[in-house]
Amino acid sequence: MKRHSLIIIAFLLSTQGFSQDAKTILDKVDRNMSSKNRILESSMTIHGKRRSRTLTSKTWSEGTEKSFSEYLSPAADKGTKMLKLEGQLWIYSTSTDRIIQISGHLLRQSVMGSDLSYEDMMEDRKLSELYNASIIREEKLNDRNTFLMQLKAKVDNVAYYSQKIWIDTERFIPLKQEMYAKSGQLLKRTELSDVKQIQGRWFPTTIIYKDMLKQGNGTEFKVTSILFDQKIPGYIFSKAALKQ
Amino acid sequence: MIKFLLKGILNDKSRSLLPIIVVGLGVALTVLLHGWITGALGDSIEMNADFNSGHVKVMSRAYAKDYEQMPNDLALLEADPLVKKMKNDYPDLDWVRRIRFGGLIDFPDEKGETRAQGPVVGWAIDLFTPGSTEIQRFKLQGAILSGKLPSKPGEALITNDFATKFKVKPGDAFTLFGNTMDGGMAFRNFTVAGTVRFGSSVVDRGAVIADITDVRKALGMEDAAGEILGYFNTGVYDDKKATTLMNDFNQKYKAEKDEYAPKMIRLRDQGGMAEYLDIANAMGAIMVFIFVMAMSIVLWNAGLLGGLRRYNEFGVRLALGEEKRHIYSTLLYEGLLIGIIGSVVGTAVGLSVSYYVQVVGLDLGDMMQRSTLMMPTVVRTRITPTALYIGFIPGVFSMVLGNALAGIAIYKRNTAQLFKELEV
Repeated sequence: MKRHSLIIIAFLLSTQGFSQDAKTILDKVDRNMSSKNRILESSMTIHGKRRSRTLTSKTWSEGTEKSFSEYLSPAADKGTKMLKLEGQLWIYSTSTDRIIQISGHLLRQSVMGSDLSYEDMMEDRKLSELYNASIIREEKLNDRNTFLMQLKAKVDNVAYYSQKIWIDTERFIPLKQEMYAKSGQLLKRTELSDVKQIQGRWFPTTIIYKDMLKQGNGTEFKVTSILFDQKIPGYIFSKAALKQ
Repeated sequence: MIKFLLKGILNDKSRSLLPIIVVGLGVALTVLLHGWITGALGDSIEMNADFNSGHVKVMSRAYAKDYEQMPNDLALLEADPLVKKMKNDYPDLDWVRRIRFGGLIDFPDEKGETRAQGPVVGWAIDLFTPGSTEIQRFKLQGAILSGKLPSKPGEALITNDFATKFKVKPGDAFTLFGNTMDGGMAFRNFTVAGTVRFGSSVVDRGAVIADITDVRKALGMEDAAGEILGYFNTGVYDDKKATTLMNDFNQKYKAEKDEYAPKMIRLRDQGGMAEYLDIANAMGAIMVFIFVMAMSIVLWNAGLLGGLRRYNEFGVRLALGEEKRHIYSTLLYEGLLIGIIGSVVGTAVGLSVSYYVQVVGLDLGDMMQRSTLMMPTVVRTRITPTALYIGFIPGVFSMVLGNALAGIAIYKRNTAQLFKELEV
């Protein structure tokens, strides 16, 4: 009896220890992935069912609440701009000279036909702010040691109720994510690669998104340049900047 | 003899009134029900054909798998040469290009920013080509509630309910926001030319009708079309002809492995239309069967009651030497005459009520607020030549059958016991 009690206490302590470890790991991931501000140039290749197309864009973002993107190519999308300010999203198109606000269920629609939704694009909050984490096990993924962790939402306004996330044990970068609905349905899968050290932090420069509910072969997002902690003029994050 | 029987029927109201009322009521209800089902089903089939299904529809094979989702990224390319070829190969049909799309309509404020917005279903149709039949097919002239039909590129119609909800009037501008065929963002400014009501809540709650050239530009679908619809020149869907046409067309592309090769389907193959058509076709037989069964039982009962009441009369007639067979045949003739009178009255009443509902209609709009079926909110009966006999024949038949069943009792009378029975 005494022996059994000791085993149970030891198990509870070990679980407590895992829980603290999981939180620490998530904090380290957030330190790599989040920044005070950043300027990012990227290309996004959407592998549609019929054909693939590539868009390039430049994005300025500050904290988790402000972001401004401008599409640079192809010609049909050049000049389209998006502004995210405190949970709201506006899009400007040059062809109509209109600023359109995107809200409600439309935020779940695909951005430019990609496997990313506006909601995905707008979600910059730290993982540790949104999810409670626990470690399932350690496992190898593409020759890297990873922690396979289970994330469960601790706030209501989150796009995915739970996630499975594979985190590089050495660099503390997610290498794979599976996003689930509350029903347990797998909604999206991302694979992150080409991890580079940029300004003292590890950062994945290629991300493949796959919307599991959509036909097509996924969307490949490539970071062509990224600068952290830059000085960004305040006017960038205004509706006036959309029409400039 | 008929004159003699007719006199008896008219003079002895207790013999004829109830059966005439029963037959008349049954026939009137049958005629009305037939008109109602023909009208409701017919209007619904016609509206679905005009707006969505055509009599036959051509799509790419990939599009056809999910055609109800309007997957324009899988639309037919080089649609214009294909339409030209089809007009040549199948001149018995009117071939039209369509793009159905979903999107968002955004109404700007004075600064050009979003004032209001809502989701819409869109129909891109040929509005401007001289000789286009699409304006008639969508009955746009009659559907206009304010403004006018689009007369130049950049003009569009929106449904009146949607316009009222967002306080929009003809002349106001809006931006259509959706996805291009490539999956990019589609933006295009339009001016509201007019507002329309089609009388179907599923359409009226939010729809936009624009010219196909404008929508092609907006969605990056130059020379593409989501669907090519074919309508028989007779204006009536013919399942046999549609099947032959479909088989012939699909055979031509059978060898092609391309999943974007064209594929034809019939009206009956689309969203629940097979059930509609089958019900419409079988309805006459079903109604006659139910009517004859129900009425025969009622009239058999009435005949039995009449037989009991006329028990003595039959006894006296037998005692006077009239043959059982003769009494039975007079009973059948009586049934025939009562059936004819009841059926004439019933058909006249049924047709009158049907005509009233055909002209005035019955507004079921409140009951159809959340309906996802494309059917008119004002349901009207439709009087067809069938209405003249759909109730009449079973009305007469059931009365004769009722009397025939009740009259069997005559043969069970034993002549030897007649005087005892009659207490003479």
